[in-house]
Amino acid sequence: MSGSQLSQARGSEALATDAADSAAKVPTIRLQQLLRSYGHGESEVIALNNIDFTVQKGEFVALMGPSGAGKSTCLNMLGCLDRPTNGHYFFQGVDVAYLSGEQRALLRRHFIGFVFQGFNLLNRTTALENVELPLIYRRVPTKERHRRAREALEKVGLSGREKHTPGELSGGQQQRVAIARAIVTDPALMLADEPTGNLDTAMSQEILRLLTQLNQDQGLTIVMVTHEADIAAIAQREVHFLDGRIATDTTRGAQSE
Amino acid sequence: MILNAILLAFRALRRNVMRSLLTMLGIVIGVAAVITVATLGAGASDSITSQVSSLGDKLLFITPSAEERGPQSGSAIRPFTRRDSDALESNIFGIDDVSPTVSKQVTTVYGNSNWSTSVTGITAEYFPVRNANVIRGNDFSEQQYQSGRLTCILGKTVREELFGAVDAVGSTIRIGIATCQVIGELESKGQAGPGSDQDNIVLAPLRAVQIRLIGNENITAIAASVNSGASNSEIRLEIEELMRERRNIRETDVDDFRVLDPAEIAGVLEDVTGILTLFLSAIAGVSLLVGGIGIMNIMLVSVTERTREIGIRLAIGALGKEVLTQFLVESVILTTLGGCIGIFFGLTGSYAGALYMGFDFTIDPNIVMGAFAFSALVGVVFGYVPARRAARLDPIEALRHE
Repeated sequence: MSGSQLSQARGSEALATDAADSAAKVPTIRLQQLLRSYGHGESEVIALNNIDFTVQKGEFVALMGPSGAGKSTCLNMLGCLDRPTNGHYFFQGVDVAYLSGEQRALLRRHFIGFVFQGFNLLNRTTALENVELPLIYRRVPTKERHRRAREALEKVGLSGREKHTPGELSGGQQQRVAIARAIVTDPALMLADEPTGNLDTAMSQEILRLLTQLNQDQGLTIVMVTHEADIAAIAQREVHFLDGRIATDTTRGAQSE
Repeated sequence: MILNAILLAFRALRRNVMRSLLTMLGIVIGVAAVITVATLGAGASDSITSQVSSLGDKLLFITPSAEERGPQSGSAIRPFTRRDSDALESNIFGIDDVSPTVSKQVTTVYGNSNWSTSVTGITAEYFPVRNANVIRGNDFSEQQYQSGRLTCILGKTVREELFGAVDAVGSTIRIGIATCQVIGELESKGQAGPGSDQDNIVLAPLRAVQIRLIGNENITAIAASVNSGASNSEIRLEIEELMRERRNIRETDVDDFRVLDPAEIAGVLEDVTGILTLFLSAIAGVSLLVGGIGIMNIMLVSVTERTREIGIRLAIGALGKEVLTQFLVESVILTTLGGCIGIFFGLTGSYAGALYMGFDFTIDPNIVMGAFAFSALVGVVFGYVPARRAARLDPIEALRHE
């Protein structure tokens, strides 16, 4: 069972086309009665309490809620950084909840892009090399790696800054490099953990415009954690967490612009 | 996989050039020390061997010694005479030639130059026994050996000190209180180790030196060449027996002379040099080990400091074993690069040392390859623990670090 899942995870192209073939009916993400708890007995803390949650391909979802409500745990779960205590996580129709660490790493490598609040770029390393990093782990040949990294930087509007190190870039620019690093592999899912948390308003708007554009133009599926309502407002769908449960799940009347 | 790891490792090391260089330093010093000690040790060994072969390995030296012959008799040295050397030559079948000599420290003077050296009185046998040749002028004639008139052949160093670049043959110099005509110059034998110049020598006929410079008929050393069919140790026993008889030494008394076998001494010296080299190499090896521990230390610190970076790599999809390989490759790059630099400094250092001490400088590929392989091994051994620690980090924890 897990062996076949691993081979599917490795054959990224195959799975991607499979997913496309079986139509938009297969959701990118489906959580089923997902439970995540820490500790045992008296001191047991339930971070996610039997969550059911589905994200379709091409959606832009904002996860909201007070700290400790479970939105970050949920994001780690979606990013296969963490394993549930109970329940199921279907990623593009495949149950990935209980894969081994190695299998989950391969899944992240081939299907998921991360953007963090603190940018998390390698310091003293050029923008181009930062963006190239996921491609190195994917064994992309040197020439193609350079080309794709340049393209990704171009998409986020940083052409000409390839040789700059994070120290030479503004916060907004650093976050754009991080976004370029997340999209350079053409992931099936982008996870953003408070991507504007460290940025001022102007830069935040810049980043949000970029995310919206990627979602609308490229059809990139994005799940973003934030606790600011105006930032969540740019997403089509807002999911509010409270005490490890989903309190509200609202989709805006789409077809705007 | 390994190419990827090398790419990643180089990029990581490049981000902190200063620390990388400092980390290497221990290995650089360790390898340089090992190379220097081993190369110089081999050079010393070679130098001893070549000194012996310049003497010839079928050679015995007999000298009188001050060995105590009993509490009352004091420690006067009883010298030899020509009769002793003649007896050796005629009584012991295995001896080819016997060269009796007498030496005296003298000051030689020519014009305004003077030079302190030793004059050695010789017979014609000196040349075959000691493997010496005259390159300029003439050998002593039979008549010069007999007459007691002082003539001399100079070693290269003495000629240079007294005459500079000029040919000395035909000139007259003063040796001690006597005047003396220079009739030839010896072929150079070069340095025999530090402070022992085989060309700092003046040869003169034995009889002339005895009469004109010393004033008695004593012989202070006898060199005997052993027939190639005979064994040094057997001939040595025969010489000892004969000399005890001639010098009336009783059964119970110890010898008051010595028979030296340079080949045997060289063998012992070589053994000692070998042991010393091994011992010093071991100490140098310890410094290499310390260098390795230094690498482990820095790598451990580096793993802690780069926790967040490791988290990023893991989140992006690096496998634990890929992180492990990267860190292992980083430490191996550090140690092998340090090893190469160490080899360079070690060879430079031992070249300078060999030049200073008068050894031949030879690069032993085994030593160089060994040092290189060992430094790579140090990288693997001491890089493993930090690398494993890096690989086992939990991505969520690592990303939250700091």
